[in-house]
Amino acid sequence: MSINATPTGAEVAAEETQRPASVPKQRGSRRKPPLSENKKAERRLGLLLCAPAALVMIAVTAYPIIYSVWLSLQRFDLRFPDQREFIGLENYVTVLTNEFWWTAFGVTTLITVVTVAVELVLGMGLAIIMHRTIVGRGLVRTSALIPYGIVTVVAAFSWRYAWTPGTGYLADLFSDGAPLTERASSLAIIMLAEIWKTTPFMALLLMAGLALVPEDLLKAASTDGATAWQKFTKVMLPVMKPAILVALLFRTLDAFRVFDNIFVLTAGGNETSSVSMLAYNNLIRGLNLGIGSTMSVLIFITVAIIAFIFVKLFGTAAPGSDDGERR
Amino acid sequence: MAVETTTRAKLRWGLLDVLVVVFALVPVLWIASLSFKTPATLTDGNFIPREWTLDNYRTIFDTDQFVRALVNSIGIALIATLIAVVLGAMAAYAISRLDFPGKKLLVGVSLLIAMFPQVSLVSPLFEIERQLKIFDTWLGLILPYITFALPLAIYTLSAFFKQIPWDLEKAAKMDGATQAQAFRRVIAPLAAPGLFTTAILVFIFCWNDFLFAISLTSTERSRTVPAALSFFTGASQFEDPTGAICAAAVVITVPIILFVLFFQRRIVSGLTSGAVKG
Repeated sequence: MSINATPTGAEVAAEETQRPASVPKQRGSRRKPPLSENKKAERRLGLLLCAPAALVMIAVTAYPIIYSVWLSLQRFDLRFPDQREFIGLENYVTVLTNEFWWTAFGVTTLITVVTVAVELVLGMGLAIIMHRTIVGRGLVRTSALIPYGIVTVVAAFSWRYAWTPGTGYLADLFSDGAPLTERASSLAIIMLAEIWKTTPFMALLLMAGLALVPEDLLKAASTDGATAWQKFTKVMLPVMKPAILVALLFRTLDAFRVFDNIFVLTAGGNETSSVSMLAYNNLIRGLNLGIGSTMSVLIFITVAIIAFIFVKLFGTAAPGSDDGERR
Repeated sequence: MAVETTTRAKLRWGLLDVLVVVFALVPVLWIASLSFKTPATLTDGNFIPREWTLDNYRTIFDTDQFVRALVNSIGIALIATLIAVVLGAMAAYAISRLDFPGKKLLVGVSLLIAMFPQVSLVSPLFEIERQLKIFDTWLGLILPYITFALPLAIYTLSAFFKQIPWDLEKAAKMDGATQAQAFRRVIAPLAAPGLFTTAILVFIFCWNDFLFAISLTSTERSRTVPAALSFFTGASQFEDPTGAICAAAVVITVPIILFVLFFQRRIVSGLTSGAVKG
């Protein structure tokens, strides 16, 4: 049922309330009493088809995360394997009282908040351009997809060389020499690289929401003398709200994992490490499994809290909760 | 009046289009430009090379380091994509078509994994893979890639599967086909475009990964190109690797650009359908 076809809002609402009731009934009657053998076979097939995917996902995430909780409770440095012992929460005290951790945490939070905010604005603009543009729509969409598809490390190298004095075309933009050797400018460049890379993804998610805005409603608003801004805030934004929230949730959690760009651009120098960078350094450079795992667990908890807040705040708008349709 | 506004509007949109295209392409063109520069002009800061050369490409294809990494990248990404799409298609079919207990749970779990901080897995996987002796092997990378690609595959594919005319399935069953046969003979061919789109998205994901590639490998045996790039030293240790890095970067960017050029429409629809329905 399309919204366009129904003339008034009241009818839309009426149909909306009818649908959930009528759909299951129809489905239910299709495969009810006489097909109970069939039904059993369907259940078996459903479980069978899902089993491999479910097993792989659980084996590679659930088990390791539990294992990393176990590792985080031990003193375990691969350089001194003899000293391995159970030490309870000592690692957590070590990490949570460490200034490097909190600096990295601050950097990660800053990058997350700034990039997601900028991406929301730019992404909305890009979504509208991709949705509305008349000339060269294919060209715009194709170019916008390139940052999304390109290997992050490649893009990061491009930005690094662009800002390297002597080599780069951007290096002389600001007079003070090497931007990647100072903290503030390094962070700005990291954020620029992040924004360049992920704005298209944000825009695509928003564009999906934009497609749901009924054209008639916009025309009606124009007829009533609404300005472009009014149309945007009063008509488009309310319809797009679920899509915006999904995009925000995904990008926030994704931004919190920032690693590739920092690794290539500054290698975490000048206090530009993110929490991912720090955990990686403790593990691979420091070979300290205990501390590395502690950070892993802390990052996991932080992400879980962010996701929980999003879902609590926006409830039904969260992805995966549209089961009404799926059932 | 109408004509004037539309040409005006066209111009304004056109200008915005140009802005987007430039913004999107400049970093890519820049790294390509660097890869064609000679060592002498590499540091002149010019956006367009003054002297063109293919030496950088010759260098990287002469070194075992890059060729090996390229083989690893292609092999690992292809195998992971194949497995993830097959497993994902099975699960997505069940989710979009069948009624069975635990369906909601599976959808929830895949959503959780899509948001999972990958760095949290690096330390435990590092230790587990060392114990299982699959650290620094193809398998050691393929496993986490499949895991993180599966939610993407499941969401995109179930969105596609919902658009398939399932009455055909019923017709096939009426003609005596079992549910499994109906899936294989009737639905699978109809689902092929969706599968293909999903495969592209998953491949891009595997091709791009850096964190796992650099944490779960230690030698050329299984190091993929993104990880190998950060160890590049050029032909000899004393040579500036910038040109070589850029050439390698361009080589691994070409497939992505080709995908985007040929399958733009599919990629857009795949990403957006998964997002709205997911």
